[in-house]
Amino acid sequence: MAAETPVRTLIAPAEMTRRTGRFLYRFVLVATLTGFTIAFVFPLYWMTTGAVKSSSELADPNPSLFPESWHPESYTDAWTNVGLGHFFLNTLVLALGAWLTQLLVDVSAAYALSKLRPLLGNVVLGMMLATLMLPVSALLVPTYLTVVDVPLFHVNLINTPFAIWLPAAANAFNIFILKRFFDQIPAELLDSARIDGAGTLRVLVSVVLPLSRPVLAVVSIFAVVGVWKDFLWPMLVLPDEAKQPITVALNRLSEFMPANQLLAGMVMASIPLLALFLVFQRHIIAGLTAGSLKG
Amino acid sequence: MSLQPLSTAAEKATGEDGSPSGPAPRTGKPVGNARLRRAVRENLVAYLFLAAGVLCFALFSWYPIVRGVLLGFQQVNFSEPARWVGLDNFRRLVDDPLFLTAWQNTGYFTLLALVFGFAAPFATAVILNELRHGRSYLRMTVYLPVMLPPIVTMLLWRQFYDPGPGLFNNVLEVFQLPAQQWLESENLAMVSLVLVSTWANMGTTTLIYLAALGGIPGELYEAAELDGASIRQRLWHVTIPQMRFILMITLLLQVIGTMQVFVEPFVLTGGGPDDATVTVLLLLYRYAFVYNDFGLASAMSTLLFVVLGLFSVVYLRLTRSKG
Repeated sequence: MAAETPVRTLIAPAEMTRRTGRFLYRFVLVATLTGFTIAFVFPLYWMTTGAVKSSSELADPNPSLFPESWHPESYTDAWTNVGLGHFFLNTLVLALGAWLTQLLVDVSAAYALSKLRPLLGNVVLGMMLATLMLPVSALLVPTYLTVVDVPLFHVNLINTPFAIWLPAAANAFNIFILKRFFDQIPAELLDSARIDGAGTLRVLVSVVLPLSRPVLAVVSIFAVVGVWKDFLWPMLVLPDEAKQPITVALNRLSEFMPANQLLAGMVMASIPLLALFLVFQRHIIAGLTAGSLKG
Repeated sequence: MSLQPLSTAAEKATGEDGSPSGPAPRTGKPVGNARLRRAVRENLVAYLFLAAGVLCFALFSWYPIVRGVLLGFQQVNFSEPARWVGLDNFRRLVDDPLFLTAWQNTGYFTLLALVFGFAAPFATAVILNELRHGRSYLRMTVYLPVMLPPIVTMLLWRQFYDPGPGLFNNVLEVFQLPAQQWLESENLAMVSLVLVSTWANMGTTTLIYLAALGGIPGELYEAAELDGASIRQRLWHVTIPQMRFILMITLLLQVIGTMQVFVEPFVLTGGGPDDATVTVLLLLYRYAFVYNDFGLASAMSTLLFVVLGLFSVVYLRLTRSKG
């Protein structure tokens, strides 16, 4: 973690090495490290350890930093007795399904737009990208009514996972970054695969996809994280309590659950995302800047 | 549609470097009919790959856009077919005393969120960019809250805000400051919501700023230093002008984002105390899903869309002229 390649920034290296500079640098460094730890790590610590405190300790007006007595059973109680395990698995199904649908739908659409280039392909792409400009909440009501009665098919998707999966697949951001990545794959590569006798689908699966691992990782992570964090939409389209994801269930049950079990449930709802973040940090941060600093 | 120039530009770029190799491998020259048939087949295959995507967009994005606007002029409930009512919904909106309150509250939230949410990430990013130690740790920690499900963040902060055993009042007590009724006080409730929101979201903005700061050429700072500029002057005359574009972009995105605030008031205050935290989206939610008045809710969405649309247009103008 020592000095990265020295790049000239606001403060000159000479200013840093001066006596007051060195002192100030240390001071700011220590202040930032402790400040950040208190502001951003401590709440997570509080949540995790709060769950193993006893109810009376949690209700104490003078909170304790370390649990005085250990009650790890609040985790198992929350998982089995309250049934949060069930809601956790619901979320898992919703997230994995949304991930698969998004990959399937958006990858093939981006492939068509980037490499197969049908007539009016650019019009379609333009119409897709135009949806990025719309505030999500302005579409809340009409999309809800659409899910209640899907036009053409006349099915009601309420209380089915498709109500989460299908609208998630209409994701212009995914198609945009996938297409941009596919555009960089040289046409010669695809042509030579075709000369070797590969069909259109085969070219996608054996040439394009293996080359696109980084962008597929970004899309996958954002798909899973997006669905896992979502609250309002699943609350609306999954009114059946047995089918709700853990985020919706937690809010509904928060009034009735003992505080330590609620905290345990909150930890459960967060752990998969935090684990994902720790493993894929680089991808997530890269995707973040790619999404915001287009061009 | 409005992004068309962008995509055609990309089109041209790839067309140009693809052209030397593009048409070459096609040996032989299929004439007339055969060529047409081939073109039709290729287009069919392409549309086959595109079909699922287009269908999803058509059903869950394009159609709802059109329908959302139409719904604002209709009376809708599930028992009878929709009925055209002209501007009735909009009239009823304006008559609702909460309507104005909701917009005022949302404006207040957005303003506060800009004050906190604009300064905090910028200052953080500038400091992080100077530090030579522990950068990856700091970068990681500031982004941790972004990874939490918002509902977890809200439930956690609800405990912190608790006037009884809540952590915040305990901290105030340590510094001998008076305890506060965080979410129950009419004056403080909105500030409390903005605090959570800033905590939860500043990681994203900070990392965007950090990336932009890394792109500022060091020579500019060196030149300014040779001219005798102090650190503060360099910040003012080099860093901020260099960041102007990205600052504008995040400002607009933040306005668009915070105007749609929902989870914070929904979970923490439910709009109270005394309607002090009823926001536009919370009211819209009530219209639609509590009173089942989808027409009224859609009229509200249309207004929200028009207001946010203005910001989007500015955003588009900016990104296009720059990009």
